Amino acid sequence: MKVAVKEDTTAFAKEIQQKCGQDVLTCYQCRKCTMGCPMAFKMKMKVNELMRAIQLGLREEVLSSDTMWWCVSCETCATRCPQDIEIVEVMDVLREMAFKEGYYIPVESIEAFHKVFLRSVEAYGRLYEMGFAMDLNLQLKDPLKDADLGPVMFAKGKLKLLPHKVKDLKSVKKLFENVRKLEESRV
Amino acid sequence: MKYAYYPGCSLESSAKEYDLSIRACCQYTGVELIEVPDWICCGASSAHATSHLLSIALPAKTLVQTEKMGLHQIIAPCIACLTRLKVADMEMEEKEDLKKDVETVLESPYKGSVRVRNVLDVFLNDVGLEKIRKTVTTPLTGLKVACYYGCLLTRPPHIAQFDDVENPHSMDDLMRAIGAETVDWSFKTDCCGVSMSLAETDTALVLTNKILEGAKDAGADCVAVACPLCQSNLDLRQKAIGNKFGVFYDMPILYFSQLMGLAFGATTMDVGLEKVIVDPFPVLGAI
Repeated sequence: MKVAVKEDTTAFAKEIQQKCGQDVLTCYQCRKCTMGCPMAFKMKMKVNELMRAIQLGLREEVLSSDTMWWCVSCETCATRCPQDIEIVEVMDVLREMAFKEGYYIPVESIEAFHKVFLRSVEAYGRLYEMGFAMDLNLQLKDPLKDADLGPVMFAKGKLKLLPHKVKDLKSVKKLFENVRKLEESRV
Repeated sequence: MKYAYYPGCSLESSAKEYDLSIRACCQYTGVELIEVPDWICCGASSAHATSHLLSIALPAKTLVQTEKMGLHQIIAPCIACLTRLKVADMEMEEKEDLKKDVETVLESPYKGSVRVRNVLDVFLNDVGLEKIRKTVTTPLTGLKVACYYGCLLTRPPHIAQFDDVENPHSMDDLMRAIGAETVDWSFKTDCCGVSMSLAETDTALVLTNKILEGAKDAGADCVAVACPLCQSNLDLRQKAIGNKFGVFYDMPILYFSQLMGLAFGATTMDVGLEKVIVDPFPVLGAI
């Protein structure tokens, strides 16, 4: 059987390389990444399969996959990769692309986590842990999640009731605004 | 020895005892910490998942402030903060365009003169094991410690540039220097699930259960950690782990600095020992 490859399937891998410097095309499927991955048991497409899909130019499949959302950036894969691919940087780029291009994020709780986290940092300059946990539980539609832990942590002096706002909140807001401005100017 | 000090968000609340015990240990060993004024969050674990530029700009602000303080070394006890600060510094050095973008965002230049230091590294290599041994007044004789390094203390090696990546021993060396025994075990660098514990709790419990099981099987009295997320993931949910897997470990999870502080003669209050969830007093009772 003859298979005619009409288009350049490496365009997607090159796009990723241009964004983060990592050349996924060098992956030869040794599968060390997946073998060491603590989250592989949750991923529909395993890490090595994701690398192969990128090589094949399967942009849609990759950007809508759940792989990078289960990745906890533990760096085991990148440390063991014989081709020195910094796989977590690839995961970060894929997450950023999926976010910015409006892909449905298959692990909704993780999407909520990132949004609520950054909302807290932008509002106060620091993470307001208690507010963050409560806000996240509301997003997860499980407001009483960890309700048993709250009082224990509070009694131990591990939770602050009020956020600690930084004094120069203006410069924090400016930082976030400047990042958005610069990124929008490049789209 | 003077260092800029970046506590980070967790050390202000859920990991207050890490902050207290680090400050105590530094006092005993002559390490002077000057807190970065009005520091902001480093953006871990979310900025790098949503915007690369934001993930560099947030920690870069702290690096710029450190330069303004006239200091050239910064200590970040939280390993997530440490990694974000290091990545920001290294990427700005390697990528001229990125550095320019960050300087535009921050509206401030960065000379690149700051060295980001891991606190274990400072105790081991700046203070030194000999001085640590001499500072001990209450050796933790007989205490069996499982040293848990987690992910980012040694990984990825080109960023962490610290210790053996698959079988680290720096924390073991410190624990032995204060008189404790350390156990050999296979889970030193396994992942605790990090932020997954909040968004996908059940998934994180699978990982923490394995780590606690490993520590127990190795005969440890307690686990020593160097990261707020490792500590809270292992400490906070042992009841939930028991309910899910049928094993109640009752394993105290302590910051290495809490144990060091105690050995140096600090009170339990000084190192925030009462703040950890699984009661450590029974295993420390004899000391």
